[in-house]
Amino acid sequence: MPTLWLVLFLLLLSTLGFFAGRARALKSAGGDPRKLHSLPVYYGLNVALSGLVPALGVLAVWLLAQPMLIDTRVSSLLPEDSIPADLTRDLVMSDVRRVAEGLDIAVGQGALSEAEVGALKAGSSDIRARLGEVGVALGSDVRPEVLAAARSYRALSHTGTLVMAAVVAGLSLAGLAWSYARTHRDYRARNVVERGVLALLILAASLAILTTIGIVLSMLFETANFFGLHDWRDFFFGSTWAPNFRGDSELSILPLLWGTLYISLIALLVSVPIGLFAAIYLSEYAGKATRSFAKPLLEILAGIPTIVYGLFALLTVGPMLADIFGKGGALGVDWMAGATSVLTAGVVMGIMLIPFVSSLSDDIINAVPQSMRDGSLGLGATRSETVRSVVLPAALPGIVGAVLLAASRAIGETMIVVMGAGAIAKFSLNPLESMTTITTRIVSQLTGDTDFASPETLVAFALGLTLFVLTLGLNVLALYIVRKYREQYE
Amino acid sequence: MNDMSRVERAVEIKQTKMECRDCHVYYGDTHAIKNVNVDIEDKTVTAFIGPSGCGKSTFLRCLNRMNDTIAGARVEGSFMLDGEDIYDKRVDPVQLRAKVGMVFQKPNPFPKSIYDNVAYGPRIHGLARNRAEMDEIVEKALRRGAIWDEVKDRLDAPGTGLSGGQQQRLCIARAIATEPEVLLMDEPCSALDPIATAQVEELIDELRQNYSVVIVTHSMQQAARVSQKTAFFHLGQLVEFGETGQIFTNPEDPRTESYITGRIG
Ligand SMILES: Nc1ncnc2c1ncn2[C@@H]1O[C@H](COP(=O)(O)OP(=O)(O)OP(=O)(O)O)[C@@H](O)[C@H]1O
Ligand SMILES: [Mg+2]
Repeated sequence: MPTLWLVLFLLLLSTLGFFAGRARALKSAGGDPRKLHSLPVYYGLNVALSGLVPALGVLAVWLLAQPMLIDTRVSSLLPEDSIPADLTRDLVMSDVRRVAEGLDIAVGQGALSEAEVGALKAGSSDIRARLGEVGVALGSDVRPEVLAAARSYRALSHTGTLVMAAVVAGLSLAGLAWSYARTHRDYRARNVVERGVLALLILAASLAILTTIGIVLSMLFETANFFGLHDWRDFFFGSTWAPNFRGDSELSILPLLWGTLYISLIALLVSVPIGLFAAIYLSEYAGKATRSFAKPLLEILAGIPTIVYGLFALLTVGPMLADIFGKGGALGVDWMAGATSVLTAGVVMGIMLIPFVSSLSDDIINAVPQSMRDGSLGLGATRSETVRSVVLPAALPGIVGAVLLAASRAIGETMIVVMGAGAIAKFSLNPLESMTTITTRIVSQLTGDTDFASPETLVAFALGLTLFVLTLGLNVLALYIVRKYREQYE
Repeated sequence: MNDMSRVERAVEIKQTKMECRDCHVYYGDTHAIKNVNVDIEDKTVTAFIGPSGCGKSTFLRCLNRMNDTIAGARVEGSFMLDGEDIYDKRVDPVQLRAKVGMVFQKPNPFPKSIYDNVAYGPRIHGLARNRAEMDEIVEKALRRGAIWDEVKDRLDAPGTGLSGGQQQRLCIARAIATEPEVLLMDEPCSALDPIATAQVEELIDELRQNYSVVIVTHSMQQAARVSQKTAFFHLGQLVEFGETGQIFTNPEDPRTESYITGRIG
């Protein structure tokens, strides 16, 4: 909350700075904007940005660093013998943070006064109950060392926040004053703002990259934990997926990988021909009118949430397939036990991917220069001969790229397989049987009562990382192929 | 005997290969070709000249119905090839384009090997019975396109890897590989150096023995060198059409005169 106020305060300051800077620049030019080096707005922006950007930068770093510093500090205050044998220092610290946070909330709501907090005693006053009243549930009674640590935690963060507010506000004011003083008719505000904008853009780009790296690192960390608890040979080369909570789970990725690849293969078999032919029709044969109506329609298909496709699989496609292949069905065979199967999920996922494949292929086919088609038609080729012998070969690398992108989407798809494919991990070639995929197992391992110290839970991270590596590899390959193809015409 | 044949040739009456009457072309609302009448004679080179944007390419594209592929283009009038209306409903434009070949303003080799580029037309029309015949057709076309010596060692290399001038000669070879009766060439030499230009002009002269050739050009010298008939277009209209010699020495229309002397363009 104080941070929000601080940011608002900074914004207010720089808005004022904007007007002040602009006014000063205009004044230095005697009210005639033509005499200024830059447009008046740039002088205002310059002042505003120098009040805002450094202060916000420091604020961000501070917010990240402060909890870490305080954590180490408080943790070092905890005596070694105050940590129960069945707990780790980290767990005690999380208790400390929770109590500190609870006290903050209680004070904030007025349930406790600062003085009362000071007077709390771990043994006598029932802290757990009082914090429970304000909505902070604690796992156990608060021990005296924890309470003491929580107190110093609060004190430290309180001081830290105060110092932070002072530093940030001071920095902002200093920035404003500095650039306000430099505002003059000959000052190259426009160029400075240009550099400021560049810095902002770089900041945004690096944030995006840093988060990606962060995600990968956290996955790596948890995966390493998992391999500390479970044999990697079973994970990569085992043959069974059978998690249980007795401690002898078999957690092999192979049956899941098989299910994933099988379903994706069926999805591609459905989506690639249909999507590609649709793209060829749209870009080579369809008139303007058809195109202007069919293309948006296909793109709407791409906008349907996958959960809706999942419902479609569950309620329509699955029962329909069961009516055909199931007991007492149209074929009179009994090949399909329930509505969920590899085929159900694959077909529905294929339908989902059709617009994806077709719009990518459409772009690629349109990128083939018209002069290629003219050359072929001018030699007396028909349209389909032209498509087959000139347009498609020229577009082929791009289309392969599109297919690989579609494959990586299929591999990462979750909702449709959760609802359409079933939950049995096994190796089977029969597309009418239920199977399961990596993504659905990740979901099921992480939902419900989870204990982040057991391999049954941590395996989700190993699965996720494998999935990530798989799709990343496909995407890189696809981009490489698409880029190589682009060079041909540009 | 020799004298006799020379006399015979001089009086030989050239047949009309294509006859175009009251031709109009519209691109949407733009009236690009206005009431053009032209006769293309057999075994003759006809040159189309005129300032940029006057409709030379547009008219050329009417002659093998390439305007069909442009959305919004509308062609009116009668275009007869050997007395048959090429815009008749029963005429297959695909068959027509095999008979009336085209070389485009910009070189457009397919992203295939040089060999496959040339073999493309003969393959779709089934002109060769076996690989040896195809090899022969390809070699002959490349020789006539004045590019054989440059590419004979790398027929498997991609056609797009050639230089601009080589690409254009490859496209010419590709067009004549299907043995068209009429060859339409839209500024075939605009990307060529003087030597290659001379070779292409020689080729055009040779093609004249068997086919009729229509060539669009911006070079007055080229038109004067290679053509027997010249048509001058201006703002979508055919201003003057006649013997090349006469157009260049003694034009009837003042606009023709100012164009060939370089005063409008
Ligand atoms: N595809 C098209 N759509 C609309 N208008 C076109 C199209 N192609 C040509 N035009 C118009 O038709 C007119 C004639 O064009 P055309 O290409 O036939 O000229 P040109 O004589 O070949 O010129 P250049 O010597 O520059 O090649 C021009 O005004 C042009 O703008
Ligand atoms: Mg032209």
